[in-house]
Amino acid sequence: MTEVKEKLTKAEERAFAKELVQKIGELAATTGRKLRFMEVCGTHTVAIFRAGLRQILPDSVELVSGPGCPVCVTPDDYMDKAIAYAQRDDVIIATFGDMLKVPGSKSSLNEAKTNGADIRIVYSPMDSIQIAKDNPDKKVIFLAVGFETTAPTAAATVLAAEQQGITNLYMLSAQKLVPPVMEALLNDEEVHVDGFILPGHVSVVTGTGVYEPVIGKYHVPGVVTGFEPLQILRGLYRLVQQVVNGEAKVENEYTDVVKTEGNPVSMAITNKVYESCDTGWRGMGIVPLSGLKMKAEYARFDIEQVLPLEVETVTKKTACRCGEVLRGIVTPKECPLFAKACVPTHAIGPCMVSVEGVCAAWYKYGQGRFEYGK
Amino acid sequence: MANDKVTLAHGAGGKVSQELMEQVILPAYGNPVLNTLHDGALVNMKGEVAFTTDSYVVQPLFFAGGNIGKLAVCGTVNDLSMTGAIPRYLSVGMIIEEGFPIKDLQTIVSTMKKMADEAGVVIATGDTKVVEKGKADGIFINTAGIGDKIPGTHISPENVKPGMKVILSGYIGDHAAAIMAGRHNINLPESVRTDCAPLNKMTKAMLEAAPDIAVMRDPTRGGVAAVLNEIAAASHCGILIDEDEIPIHPEVQGVCDMLGFDPLYLANEGKCVAFVPAESAEKVLKAMRTSPYGQEARVIGEVTAEAPGTVGLRTGIGGIRVVDMPLGNIVPRIC
Repeated sequence: MTEVKEKLTKAEERAFAKELVQKIGELAATTGRKLRFMEVCGTHTVAIFRAGLRQILPDSVELVSGPGCPVCVTPDDYMDKAIAYAQRDDVIIATFGDMLKVPGSKSSLNEAKTNGADIRIVYSPMDSIQIAKDNPDKKVIFLAVGFETTAPTAAATVLAAEQQGITNLYMLSAQKLVPPVMEALLNDEEVHVDGFILPGHVSVVTGTGVYEPVIGKYHVPGVVTGFEPLQILRGLYRLVQQVVNGEAKVENEYTDVVKTEGNPVSMAITNKVYESCDTGWRGMGIVPLSGLKMKAEYARFDIEQVLPLEVETVTKKTACRCGEVLRGIVTPKECPLFAKACVPTHAIGPCMVSVEGVCAAWYKYGQGRFEYGK
Repeated sequence: MANDKVTLAHGAGGKVSQELMEQVILPAYGNPVLNTLHDGALVNMKGEVAFTTDSYVVQPLFFAGGNIGKLAVCGTVNDLSMTGAIPRYLSVGMIIEEGFPIKDLQTIVSTMKKMADEAGVVIATGDTKVVEKGKADGIFINTAGIGDKIPGTHISPENVKPGMKVILSGYIGDHAAAIMAGRHNINLPESVRTDCAPLNKMTKAMLEAAPDIAVMRDPTRGGVAAVLNEIAAASHCGILIDEDEIPIHPEVQGVCDMLGFDPLYLANEGKCVAFVPAESAEKVLKAMRTSPYGQEARVIGEVTAEAPGTVGLRTGIGGIRVVDMPLGNIVPRIC
C-alpha cells in the first residue's frame, strides 16, 4: 500500500482515499458477506460523518456507532440526581455545556436553571475550583462525566482542591471505561460486530494494552485510529485484513500519539483518586467494573457520600430507541421519533442532545433524512 | 475629560450631555449634516432607497483587529451593500453603561469615523443614552443606514437558478475566532484578527461588472452555512459546495477543533457570498480582486436542481454530507 507522506496535497489525499476504498472493497468482497465495524468514540462518529465516509465506502462494509458519547450513555438516574442537587439553594453545579439539555426522567438541568438553579458552564473541571473559591458558602458540584480521557482532569481537580485546602468542591461522578463496555457489547446476543475502530483520544491516555484482554477473549479485531478520514480508512483496511486473515489483535494506526503504555502520568493521577466500580449505562443497564468511583481517602470530595440524596427515577416509556441505537442494534432512522418528534432543537433522547450523539450526527450530516449523493 | 468615566448626567440631555457631545462625539463625527444638530437630518437621495438597521452587543468590546464601533459601521454598510445599494447615511444610537471610560468611548467613536470615511458614508444623526451600572454591558450601539439602490440590479434569492456559481470573497471564520480567543483568553497568532471591513466598494464593482448577480449576502451570524441554507430554501434549489475550495486559516481551524466548532458556521464581518450566472463568474471574480477585501475570492460551489432546499458539501476525500442550518447560538454575542 502507498505510504502516507508527511503532508499530502488535497488531490493526493482524494486519490489515496479512492485507492483505499477500492482496496477495502476488494478485500471485504473475498469474505462473501457484509462486514460490520463499530466505533466506540463520539469524536470518531462525528469525524466519519463530517468526512462523508459512509457515502464512499463499498456496500460490503458497514459502519455502526456504539456507546461513544459520554453524554448519551449517562443514564436517567444520574441526571435526576444532578437535577436534585441543582435545586438545592446551597449548591452550584459546574458542568460541560452539553449536559444541560440531557433529559432525566422528569426534567433537565436546563429546566432547573430556568427555575433558578445556579448552574455554571465550564470548559475544564479546573474552572470549578475558582467557582468554589468565589463562593465559600456554597457547595460546588462538578458533574464528572466522561471516559478515560476526562477522568485524569477530574482527578487532577480533586488533587488540586485538596492541595489548596478547598473544602466546598465535590464531584458527582459518572466516569466510564471503554474496555468493559466493549465486553458487554460482545456478550450481548443482539449486537453483531466484526471489529472495533478503537478510540483515539482514550487510547492516548490508556495505551493500547487495555484492549488486549477483551480482543483476545472474544477474538474480535480492533484498530486504534486517529480522526482524519485517511487514518480512519487505513484503520478500516487493517480491520478487513484481520477479518480476512482470521486474526484478532489490537493494531495501532495512530502511532504518532498513541503508545502501547499510554500516558502513565495521567493514568497514575486517575488511579490515585479513582477505583473501578459497576455502573449503569443508558440502554445497557449495569455493566460490571465499567465505571470509576472515588477511593475512600477522597470520599470527602464525593457529593454522594457527603450529602446523599434519595432520588426516585421512574423512566417513562417513550418510543425513543436511544438504548438500542447506542448498542448499534438499530440505526437512528429506525426510531419512529427520529427527525420527526425528536430533532436537535427538541431532543427527546440523549443521542440527539449531544453534538457527539449518534442521532445528532445522523441528523446534522443528512443520513437518515435523505441520501444526498448516494 | 480623557480620564473620566461616563455618568448618568452625560445622558440626561443637559449641560453635561452637551459637553460629551462637544468634546467626544462631534470632534470625531463632525460633518455638515450632523453639525446642524437638529432633531433629525435632512438628506437628498436619488431614487429607490435601501434602508437597514442593526444593533451591536459584541463582547469583548475590543478584540484583535477591531472594536464594537468598527462592527457597527461596517455591519450596516455591508447590509446595505448586499441589497445592491450604495450606502450614503448612517444613524448612530449608543446606550452606554454608567462608569464606562470616556477614553474607550473616544476610541470607539474615532474608529467609527475612520470606517465611515473609508466606506464614504456620512454619520447624519445620532443619540446617546446612559443607563445605571449593571443595566448594560459597557456599551451597546445601534446603527441604521440608507443608501441609493444601484439602478439595473435586482438582488433576490428567487433569482437563484441551477447552474449558477457560488462565489466566496475570502477566508472564513476569522471574526468569530478573534472574538472567541478574546473571550476565552486563548493566545492566537497576530494573523488571526477580525475580518471586519466595509464591502460597499467591492460589491459596487461586482454589480458594475455583472448586473445579473442573483443574490449577495454577508455571512455574519450563522456563517456561510446559514446563508447557503437560507438561499437554498428560498430558491428551492440545491447547493453543492466543495470543501477543498473553502479558504480557512489553519489557526482558525485550530481554534475550531479545540472548541468544537465548524468554521462554516462561524460569523464573518467582512465577507460576501454571491450567486452568479456561470457566464458572469469570471467577470465578478476579477471585479472582486480589485478590492483589498476580495483578493482571495473564488468559486466554492454551484447551484443544483437536485436536492432542492438542501446544502451539500463534497468532502476532501470525495464523500458528500449535508451542511445543516445552524441550530441556535453557535457563539453568543459575536456582533
